[in-house]
Amino acid sequence: MGRLSVNLCGTELDNPVIPASGTFGFGYEFAELYDINCLGTFSFKGTTKEPRFGNPTPRIAECTEGLINSVGLQNPGVDEVIASELPKLKKCFHKPVMANVSGFSVSDYAYTCELLDKQEQVGFIEVNVSCPNVHSGGMSFGTEPSAAAEVTSAVKAVTAKPVIVKLSPNVTDIVSIAKACEQAGADAISLINTLMGMRIDLNKRQPVIKNKMGGFSGPAIFPVAVRMVYQVANAVNIPVVGMGGITTADDVIEMMMAGASAVEVGAANLINPFACRDIINDLPNALDRYKINNIRDIIGVVK
Amino acid sequence: MKQVLLTVKENIALTENVFKMTLEGDLSGITAPGQFVNIKINNFYLRRPISVCDLEGNILTLIYKVVGKGTEVMSKMGAGTVLDVLTGLGNGYDLELCGDSPLLLGGGVGVPPMYLLAKRLVKSGKKVSVILGFNTGSEVFYEKEFAALGCDTKVTTVDGSYGIKGFVTDALPESYSHFCCCGPEPMLRAVYKSTVTSGQFSFEERMGCGFGACMGCSCKTLTGYKRICKDGPVLKKEEILWED
Repeated sequence: MGRLSVNLCGTELDNPVIPASGTFGFGYEFAELYDINCLGTFSFKGTTKEPRFGNPTPRIAECTEGLINSVGLQNPGVDEVIASELPKLKKCFHKPVMANVSGFSVSDYAYTCELLDKQEQVGFIEVNVSCPNVHSGGMSFGTEPSAAAEVTSAVKAVTAKPVIVKLSPNVTDIVSIAKACEQAGADAISLINTLMGMRIDLNKRQPVIKNKMGGFSGPAIFPVAVRMVYQVANAVNIPVVGMGGITTADDVIEMMMAGASAVEVGAANLINPFACRDIINDLPNALDRYKINNIRDIIGVVK
Repeated sequence: MKQVLLTVKENIALTENVFKMTLEGDLSGITAPGQFVNIKINNFYLRRPISVCDLEGNILTLIYKVVGKGTEVMSKMGAGTVLDVLTGLGNGYDLELCGDSPLLLGGGVGVPPMYLLAKRLVKSGKKVSVILGFNTGSEVFYEKEFAALGCDTKVTTVDGSYGIKGFVTDALPESYSHFCCCGPEPMLRAVYKSTVTSGQFSFEERMGCGFGACMGCSCKTLTGYKRICKDGPVLKKEEILWED
């Protein structure tokens, strides 16, 4: 075990750095730039039962230290992901990958997860109950403890792989939702998905984003993410994967001190395509800087 | 795609709000006219995508319009400023499709990508016609530069204050082998309707990453969903699906 290695739901990761779903495609755009096997793992593009184009454009708005997106779960659908994307990924990524799944009904989630469960390459299933960009689905499952628990149970019933439930910060009490998922059998919790946001074009007197609102991510949301990871990690007995605005090795350490067993890096990949590689390369120096022997020693040290 | 540091050599105004910036550095990532670069500007989160206007050795020319705060900061950058740039983004124009007498149409800041394309086509012995469209005479730029390449160059202005009065589609030649165009969407739609040959269109959209990761700039085409930044920005006429 190296200094950077962590254990996530029984699987050893070489390091805690995981590109977040929706910012890393199915990996191969990045594999053209660097060897993505340096990653702990990565969470692939949110996959649904049916193919989706997503929302109308513009889907992107810039913010101070962040951006709003309203992509809306564009993906080729689970059948195509299994038939085309995973075989392509197999050529450039040799570790167990994290499959990210969204749905519009409990049975959608179960259907998609059952198919992905059969894929040898899939090491983790991340269940997204927190997409802010689709109506009558996504986030609506993540804003009620009972609904989040229902999805968790349904997915657990169809897969033996570790199930990580990805939570929305757009709630009044994230701890109660995390606890409900834990009780329903979740193997881990990941958080936070994007915060709902909106920008207005002053000249046009219209929202920048065609769908008006979208999910706000980037360094601006990092403090909110650290706070929520801290709250959830102190309330549950399962691992927490922390994300939200992580850009540097120092951010990784901060998130892990707050209670995260591993971290996901999202928006940073879009600005610097080498962000995850750079963070991983810098982590040993950061450990030295803060007199940390092994990164796993600091998980949740902040009480 | 390459991530490189480029140094600003010159940054001058061509018109009231259109600027020409030349940058020096490793430009080996750029492989075709019509590609773009994505520039990191201090204190702005997203990069600014700007199309390649000219490329000569290790010197890159960009022509950009000040449309917001990011491009305003760009317009004030002096020589010696070092910029973090992703180069060689997008597919670019396919020169193989152009035939012997291609027609290039550029509207406003859609003019710049036509320059490197024209230069490459002239170099390969093609008889190139160019139509540059602007709103008014004070916005006209690069007419002389295209003429100096040896292109048959026409300028149109909407208000008739310079060149031919009207749109680029009011100045179409009798015959041409193929066309390539870049400009605002109403112009692209007009070109689509008024042209009789095969052609290539360069599209614009708000982008997140600029290299195909975020799906922020997707569009529907007759050959499936495409990312403007990675599968485009250049689409062939026969694959375009106009959405109202």
